[in-house]
Amino acid sequence: MLSILKSLWTVLVTMFRKRVTIQYPEERPYLPPRWRGRIILSRDPDGKERCVACHLCSAACPVDCIALQAAEDETGRRYPAFFRINFSRCIFCGYCEEACPTYAIQLTPDFEMGEYLRKNLVYEKENLLISGQGKYHGYSFYRVAGLAVGGKDKGEAQNEEKPVDVKSLLP
Amino acid sequence: MNETVMVLIRTFGILAALLSVGGLLIWLERRLLALWQERYGPNRVGPFGLLQVVVDMVKVLFKEDWVPPFADRPVFVVAPAIIVIVTLLSFAVVPFAPGLAVIDLNIGLLFFLGMSSLGVYSVALAGWASGSKYSLIGGLRSSAQMLAYEVFMGLSLMGVVMQAGSFDLARIVEAQQDTWFIVPQFFGFIVFLIAGIAETHRLPFDLPEAESELVAGFHSEYSGLKFGLFFLGEYLGITLISSLVAVLFLGGWQGPWLPPLAWYLAKTFLFIALFILIRATLPRPRYDQLMAFGWKVCLPVALLNLLATGAFVLLKG
Repeated sequence: MLSILKSLWTVLVTMFRKRVTIQYPEERPYLPPRWRGRIILSRDPDGKERCVACHLCSAACPVDCIALQAAEDETGRRYPAFFRINFSRCIFCGYCEEACPTYAIQLTPDFEMGEYLRKNLVYEKENLLISGQGKYHGYSFYRVAGLAVGGKDKGEAQNEEKPVDVKSLLP
Repeated sequence: MNETVMVLIRTFGILAALLSVGGLLIWLERRLLALWQERYGPNRVGPFGLLQVVVDMVKVLFKEDWVPPFADRPVFVVAPAIIVIVTLLSFAVVPFAPGLAVIDLNIGLLFFLGMSSLGVYSVALAGWASGSKYSLIGGLRSSAQMLAYEVFMGLSLMGVVMQAGSFDLARIVEAQQDTWFIVPQFFGFIVFLIAGIAETHRLPFDLPEAESELVAGFHSEYSGLKFGLFFLGEYLGITLISSLVAVLFLGGWQGPWLPPLAWYLAKTFLFIALFILIRATLPRPRYDQLMAFGWKVCLPVALLNLLATGAFVLLKG
């Protein structure tokens, strides 16, 4: 009996507590920078596409919502000929971002992607590419990779020694 | 002639007021429940979400009014009307303010008890006519619950009747000029409140419609306006029991400074809020616990209260 009165009182004084509801369109919830929302493709500090079309993201994707085709320009730099994410299938797990070796694909704290037509949820490369570097500034894959690519030869990357003629190491 | 017009105005005024209160209670309950659960509740449509009532009504009216092929059609259609009609009829004897009642009946309290007993037919018949096992279980539970709780609902009020010396609700209010009956009839008040909650099958005594086990109990098969009538009946029932608690135990319209009607409304609102608070707090008991509580606790308390009051009235002479 007393416990019933006590619980009635507890519920009654709840009315003076702050309400937990966030009145969404007027009030916005705080979304941390690493929140997994809309997927973007970032650019390197030179303004070129970071994506090297390695297909690791589409392989990691558990719902197979990423489709892309690799291409190569005249300097030997790889890029996606098309890059397509079907957001009506995407589950925002972030595995693509984890798999990406070049920080190209990133998830952003944006969730307001409502569309009236389902096919509008299929984002092409021009919809995905942003002009900036996203979460990782100053990183450029081709500058640190030991790969000969347009204008940069082997051994010219950052923190890289000149290639050694292995035959000169013979005893 | 003039007298007849006044009576008509009064009757239809009270009817319109009650029906709008029944609608507004939907909004009030949702807002209060939200308040006690750290939420906002409906606050978008109109000021404070008040127009939510209108929107809900439109939705209920435009829903498909479907009668299942396995239902007993005439009974199925009549059942939801019964609860609304008998609850509205009960309000005829409630004195809202001096002279402001539909009828000044000298057996008002008996009339109320009779009408609230008739309300059981609505639930029991709805459960039977639906032709579904969940509805039938709900209807059966409701009949058993009403039988048990009706007994001491009447008994708990007899103390009030003894002290006031009348079945007329207006006389009972006038008898509380000096002390409200909640003081000498405290146990009667508690028992009547519990029986009232059970009578309107509100939580925690809503076993006839226990959502978690019976889907929605007696109104599983109802939709559209018929479902809306059950809802209206439930909210009118809350208002009725709250009014009666205010009238019988808290002195009805009696009170200083404010006009009588304001006192009546304030006291009634207090109990409506209490009903909702109880819903927000207490879980539903098991069915056997409900019956045991009724027969083994409430009935003896009501009987002892009756004995004590009888002795008191006799000694006083």
